Amino acid sequence: MTEIKNNIKPQTMAQKILSAHSGRDCLNVGELINAKVDIVLGNDITMPLAVEEFKKIGVESVFDRKKIVIVPDHFAPNKDIKSAQQCKFIREFAHGQQIENYFEIGRMGIEHALLPESGIVLPGQLIIGADSHTCTYGAIGAAATGVGSTDVAVAMATGFTWFMVPDTIKFIYKGKLNPWVTGKDLILYTIGLIGVDGALYMSMEFTGPVIRNLSMDSRFTMCNMAIEAGGKFGMIQCDSITEEYLKGRTDSRYEIFKSDEGAGYYKEYEIDCSKIELQVSKPHLPSNAVNASALSGVRIDQSVIGSCTNGRIEDLKIAAEILKGRRVNKNVRAIIIPATQKIYLEALEEGYIRTFIESGCAVSTPTCGPCLGGHMGILAEGERAVSTTNRNFVGRMGHPKSEVYLSGPAVAAASAIAGRIAVPGEVL
Amino acid sequence: MIIKDRAVKYGDNVDTDVIIPARYLNTTDEKELAAHCFEDLDSDFSEKVKNAKIIIAGENFGCGSSREHAPLSIKASGVKLIIAKTFARIFFRNAINIGLPVIPSPEAAEEIKSGDEIEADLDSGVIENITQGRSYKITPVPEFIQGIISSGGYINYAKKVLSKKRLLSGL
Repeated sequence: MTEIKNNIKPQTMAQKILSAHSGRDCLNVGELINAKVDIVLGNDITMPLAVEEFKKIGVESVFDRKKIVIVPDHFAPNKDIKSAQQCKFIREFAHGQQIENYFEIGRMGIEHALLPESGIVLPGQLIIGADSHTCTYGAIGAAATGVGSTDVAVAMATGFTWFMVPDTIKFIYKGKLNPWVTGKDLILYTIGLIGVDGALYMSMEFTGPVIRNLSMDSRFTMCNMAIEAGGKFGMIQCDSITEEYLKGRTDSRYEIFKSDEGAGYYKEYEIDCSKIELQVSKPHLPSNAVNASALSGVRIDQSVIGSCTNGRIEDLKIAAEILKGRRVNKNVRAIIIPATQKIYLEALEEGYIRTFIESGCAVSTPTCGPCLGGHMGILAEGERAVSTTNRNFVGRMGHPKSEVYLSGPAVAAASAIAGRIAVPGEVL
Repeated sequence: MIIKDRAVKYGDNVDTDVIIPARYLNTTDEKELAAHCFEDLDSDFSEKVKNAKIIIAGENFGCGSSREHAPLSIKASGVKLIIAKTFARIFFRNAINIGLPVIPSPEAAEEIKSGDEIEADLDSGVIENITQGRSYKITPVPEFIQGIISSGGYINYAKKVLSKKRLLSGL
């Protein structure tokens, strides 16, 4: 860890990481910079386009084969012939370029769960990915953001990309968390508070005593959904919980950046968590957050527990606690998707998988699948799902006249049992 | 660069899932993507765009996914320009990178109606609503972004930068 000299004007951690990657001592909000990137990520949807663009640039090889990560996770295992062609195209590129971090089916997981788990993303890094939920890695104190395929193509060739230095909104979470409330409820509540463009172009910094005690899994969930408020970064300062998580995952050195005392924030919100109940965001915007208890009449056809937002072990543990010894409602399809092979195995060893199968859930190999209406649980016209995923836009999980209600794992599991939106207290 | 056409107007928070639903993302073919552009938002879009190639929208246009297929499908549909109150950041970036002009202008986006005839001069920074007889000044595009646009997109810009680097290092 390096202490940054404080002889320059106070900066946020977002400004500091961008400064360190653009050869500057400090940066002003709004400045355009060309910054060196540490990791460049793509998946089976965005990488084919990036590879096509990369080939137009006319360079032989990527700037650093250790810094490119390719994960086929969206329509993989291949859902149809076209998807198979896309996956084949990026597999051949990965092999041709000798990309170290290409994750084949059987070893892969949903990218934003897989990269932190594998120790690929580290505090203080600047990371871009052609996937909007790349902002997840802010949970380990990195500056990470989603970009498009062309951005990834250029970054693969040059090792650089352009940024506008963002302003930062600071969120201070205080008080005591209510039973079953996790990071998902905090972030849905927060997006409900500020709106789907409440942090447009900005960094969201999550702080306060609640965050300092929050699990890594819940932190990932919160930073993952910064984009749903329009945010560029969702960030949590690296602390002892982060360092504990990183143990055994990496031997690489990393640098910890902390926001300075007196750093300028665009806005600050103080949030009393003791007032936050289990949340559900109604169709068709993630900002339509209400108390789950207010929706108890809403019948459901499907419950999905998984995704880069909530497919981690903490989520499966909560779902298993609620489902153990109970049956999924006969009118509900419950689909559980562990986010990585490692999480799947841990859930198996802990007995969660047995619980899920015995209660009548389908359990899938890791895939983004239904979250974006890809496969593994598409909704028909008029159907409704409760889902631990991140978006509930029109047509997101299937038919344009289907509906998605976003929740955390506790509500998704309780609703699967009740056949309608429910909180754990109603089924336990 | 002067863009003159009729407007077709949509609301706030037009997301990338309605611009190009994920079920069509198993291809990178522009024409195929264009055939499904806005399908879940406005089933008549492919007809409307024949006579109205300037999209007007409200807040946060293009929110959601990072899929570059979204601006690509719009561009391949024949759209020449998008004017919105605000844009989601990844969409904004992607549009610039592929050479689809995007202009944030809350005033113009508020007042322009579907069917209005619009002339936008990107160099002088003025949007003219010929139908309503109104004009709007646009915030100047930062020099760096202009560099990308004038190079014909980010790929060509990168080519230039890389060849300059090679020259400097004597390769």
